[in-house]
Amino acid sequence: MSKNTEGWGSRVGLILAMAGNAVGLGNFLRFPVQAVQNGGGTFIIPYLVSFLLMGIPLLWVEWAMGRYGGRYGDHSTPFILDNITKKRLWKYFGVFGIFTNLGVMAYYTYIESWTLTYTIKSLKGDFLGMPIDEVGAFFDRYVDLGSAINVPVWALIAFTVTLSLNVYVLSKGLSGGVEKVAKVAMPLLILFGAFLAVMAISLGDTGRCLDCDSHLGLNFLWEPQLDSLTNPKVWLAAAGQIFFTLSVGMGTIQCYSSYLKQKDDIALNAMSAGWMNGFVEIVLGASVVIPIAVGYLGLDWVKENAGFMMAFKTMPFLFDQFGSVVAVLGGVAWFGLLFIAGITSSLAMGTPWMGFVKDEFNWGRKKAALLLGVIIFFLALPTIFFFGKGVFDEYDYWTGTVSLVVFALAEVILFAWVFGMDKGWKEITDGADIQVPRFYRPVIKYVTPLFILIIFSSSLFKPLNGELDDWGDAFSHWTGSSTEQFYFDRGSGQWLKIRIDSDELLQWGGAAAGWQGTGRRMSELEDQGSGRLLDGSGSEIIQRSGWPWANDAIINQIFHINSGVQWYANGKPTNMLFIDLSRFLLIGVFVGIAFMVKVASNRRKKMLHS
Amino acid sequence: MSTSALLLMVIVQGSVAAATIYFFLKVLKSPVRHADKESSNHEDRAE
Repeated sequence: MSKNTEGWGSRVGLILAMAGNAVGLGNFLRFPVQAVQNGGGTFIIPYLVSFLLMGIPLLWVEWAMGRYGGRYGDHSTPFILDNITKKRLWKYFGVFGIFTNLGVMAYYTYIESWTLTYTIKSLKGDFLGMPIDEVGAFFDRYVDLGSAINVPVWALIAFTVTLSLNVYVLSKGLSGGVEKVAKVAMPLLILFGAFLAVMAISLGDTGRCLDCDSHLGLNFLWEPQLDSLTNPKVWLAAAGQIFFTLSVGMGTIQCYSSYLKQKDDIALNAMSAGWMNGFVEIVLGASVVIPIAVGYLGLDWVKENAGFMMAFKTMPFLFDQFGSVVAVLGGVAWFGLLFIAGITSSLAMGTPWMGFVKDEFNWGRKKAALLLGVIIFFLALPTIFFFGKGVFDEYDYWTGTVSLVVFALAEVILFAWVFGMDKGWKEITDGADIQVPRFYRPVIKYVTPLFILIIFSSSLFKPLNGELDDWGDAFSHWTGSSTEQFYFDRGSGQWLKIRIDSDELLQWGGAAAGWQGTGRRMSELEDQGSGRLLDGSGSEIIQRSGWPWANDAIINQIFHINSGVQWYANGKPTNMLFIDLSRFLLIGVFVGIAFMVKVASNRRKKMLHS
Repeated sequence: MSTSALLLMVIVQGSVAAATIYFFLKVLKSPVRHADKESSNHEDRAE
């Protein structure tokens, strides 16, 4: 049916491209931050368990699905899923495998363009001697953060250049473009990462502050805190990290592996690519940002400020502390590394679209790549112009977080329960160059779907704070038999959990102005005149029944339960308006792809009957 | 660094590095087993 004759040039090329797909900015920025926020060294234990029980099974499932689809000439998830079961609705689940990639590629290429700009600026020595505040301010100016509508001219130019580079490589095909890039980029990435890790480890005590010692940072990352092993929040964070780091649930793995031959190994290939990603994350990713930041800014600063934006707002300042030569080398290595990690992932995100339109509409590579570039350009514009309104984060939340989990859950159920484990296991083990432990058969059927289901449901209905006892307390509160007290802050539009011990008030969660996380007396919050409870900014805190939604619970995000729908305030559009408009846009993209799938399906039927 | 942190770091990073090298070497050493024309699709489509 398909005239798509793409293919991989070599097995090593495939593995490097697959590892490049998985290795992204998150390996260097998300993983260490997650580890810091979830028990330091102990985080690694649930992380590795999640890798073994969810990551590896999902990798095998996706590789197997891809190779199976490729056998029938299909290289994108809608029709790969359609091949696995002829129940027609499943192919619309496959839409996620294209939609997610387009949505993520839009904002991801924008970040990628920042790294390109910062690499060039580091090379020119533009950050030398710049104080930390000025480095942060430079970023804000670069994305034009202060304006009502962000029109960052240079950032737009850099984005267009980066996107064009992606389009050019994709137009060269798999073996002639993506694979060639991966073969050069991945070794270079490891080299840069190793250089930075050596810089961090050899830094030691800088004497800048009492706890300014890179070894303290490593110690914090690796010190086992065994009590956090019993905390489900840590487990969920670790499982979530495995999801994002392996790029499962996106449809890119299926797409890449669909170009394999029928008797090619997938079991060993998947293990090799998966562990390579683990190496970059655990060995290199954990050894760069946190130790260097602790070395110059101290452990307390890092605990309070660790986050994604450290890469751009802090790292140039930190490299500068090494002296001008090392600062330039470190800056180029760091941002070059991020650029490589970014482009190898964004190229992977482009391939499902390429495979889809080539298979179904017989488009040539250049036409497919060019149209992809146009779509991504326009899809990215809202994230650029309304960066300060939260549109960027909204794309990330729906396409880069929620969609992955939904699709991964659907595909593993389809594979293990609809396709069936007998056939599924045969697909995984056919042509395998390693012995796949039979232990994984029940794991794929029961444990992995359950794992994902727990992650999904806990994100869907997450109560305030999301700790284990919060679920119980929230349930008691919801049913009206509450012993714990959930209050609602009208001013900030969020729940607060308040525990009162002999007039001593302990509060955590929420962000009511002025009393976050501190033990305060109830009487201090009472307005003496009215007896009402007021937060630090004078907003009223009320008792309210119902489920105490966490602000980032999916249901709360969809319906704006906590904050209420408010598109205009004082006659001006609120951030919520821009956020909701971006949601409609994303829904439009999803529906558009689903429509293309429908058209393609009809074309197939016609061809079959003619 | 404390001994327990150092120990955990060395064990975990060492194991992950060893697994990565092991599987990658296995890939390099595995024989290329097929040359069937039927399923060969290494040639890119002409524009």
